[in-house]
Amino acid sequence: MIQIEHLTKIFGEGTAEECVALKDVTFTIADGDIFGIIGMSGAGKSTLLRCLSLLETPTSGCILQDGVDISTLRGKALIDAHRKTGVVFQGYNLLMQKTVADNVGFPLRLAGKKKAEIAPRVAELLELVGLADKASAYPAQLSGGQKQRVAIARALASNPEVLLCDEPTSALDSLTTKQMLALLKDINAKLGITIVIITHAISVVRTICNKVAVIDASQFAEGGETKAIFAHPQSNITRLLLGKDEAREA
Amino acid sequence: MTELLARYGSLLVTATAETLYMTLISTACAYLLGLPLGVLLTITSKGGILETPRFNAAFGWVIDMLRSLPFMILMFFVIPLTRLIAGTSIGATAAIVPLVIAAAPFVARMVEQSLREVDHGVLEAARCMGATRWQIVTRVLLVESVPSLVRGLSISTITILGYTAITGAVGAGGLGNLAFRFGYQRYEKDIMYFTIILLIILVCIIQTIFSIIAKRSDKRQSV
Repeated sequence: MIQIEHLTKIFGEGTAEECVALKDVTFTIADGDIFGIIGMSGAGKSTLLRCLSLLETPTSGCILQDGVDISTLRGKALIDAHRKTGVVFQGYNLLMQKTVADNVGFPLRLAGKKKAEIAPRVAELLELVGLADKASAYPAQLSGGQKQRVAIARALASNPEVLLCDEPTSALDSLTTKQMLALLKDINAKLGITIVIITHAISVVRTICNKVAVIDASQFAEGGETKAIFAHPQSNITRLLLGKDEAREA
Repeated sequence: MTELLARYGSLLVTATAETLYMTLISTACAYLLGLPLGVLLTITSKGGILETPRFNAAFGWVIDMLRSLPFMILMFFVIPLTRLIAGTSIGATAAIVPLVIAAAPFVARMVEQSLREVDHGVLEAARCMGATRWQIVTRVLLVESVPSLVRGLSISTITILGYTAITGAVGAGGLGNLAFRFGYQRYEKDIMYFTIILLIILVCIIQTIFSIIAKRSDKRQSV
């Protein structure tokens, strides 16, 4: 369980360029959820993801993972916390000089695992994401959807408890998006892993997220069961997001 | 032509060997020093994994100070140090000392440039996978930038080759020395042309070898 409590992030505090990216955000992600975090561009959702992936330290507030505040960890404890959370980036961020198999096994290499131990795990992960035949290819030889699959396999390598996905489908076409979402749903069902998806696309949330949090202007607008929220939106921003989406689909 | 080769053949062979010796040993030593310096310049810069702006500014300034000295002057300036390390200030081995001192800061900047090309997102991804700073340097930065580092290596080697010609003029041997003694002091144009042709051939060979290695090591093309 991840509890985000009164999370505030201010960039350049006290300077002329002070920017409040997150203001007193509180909500909880339960184990096994596919949790959507939705908002418009600049709402603060990327900062939220960077805090969750421990790339940024919050200005105030905390992030509790199973009761432990992970937001202020340093050194060895921080590295251990990183291993418990897999991150899938919008831009894939694969190692371009390494093969698909080496990319997927990279977190395990970093953890000091032996090659003999890594190989079967990599094979298993590539099987899971449907890229068993691409093990010895380089990322440059893959399509966007395939790169994202490699990124997902890599994020799962060290058996994390949580998979954070930053706009995992925004660079993909609609068919590939559908396949990617199906894959995430499949992984959630098979591994029971908690998945957090940051997105601006309401269709992504509607397709696979059982819970949702709506972020607007650096603040938490509303959240809960996706069906309930989308059926009876309480905040203007949710209505706006839903309305825009329906207008586009019509 | 054949007469010329018979007369100067062995001189040319020796001089080429000396030039290669100075170039290769100096390049290797310059990278031994310059590579860690370049890494330090990169990781301490803004947004780096060991961000320390003041140190970076001071350190960068020292590097550029060393680079701004013309090689000829630096060579004379470090003669006491050369004597201390090589035991003498004359000859090919002695020339390696100023060559390394001049080339290391240059190499540091070349390395920095290559490492900066590595996508910041990949470094963040490595952090998210639980990489230590040391692992980010050795497993990500230095690995992802290999093609660019190799291209930099070819530029550095050719620059150092150029420097060896200057050391040649003050008695360090090599093709520069030959060109200076015969071409300049005795005005024998033929041997001057020979050294020029040899230098051009050397540069072409070095460039070609490194270009092939750089291309082979680059996995970013989708072929």
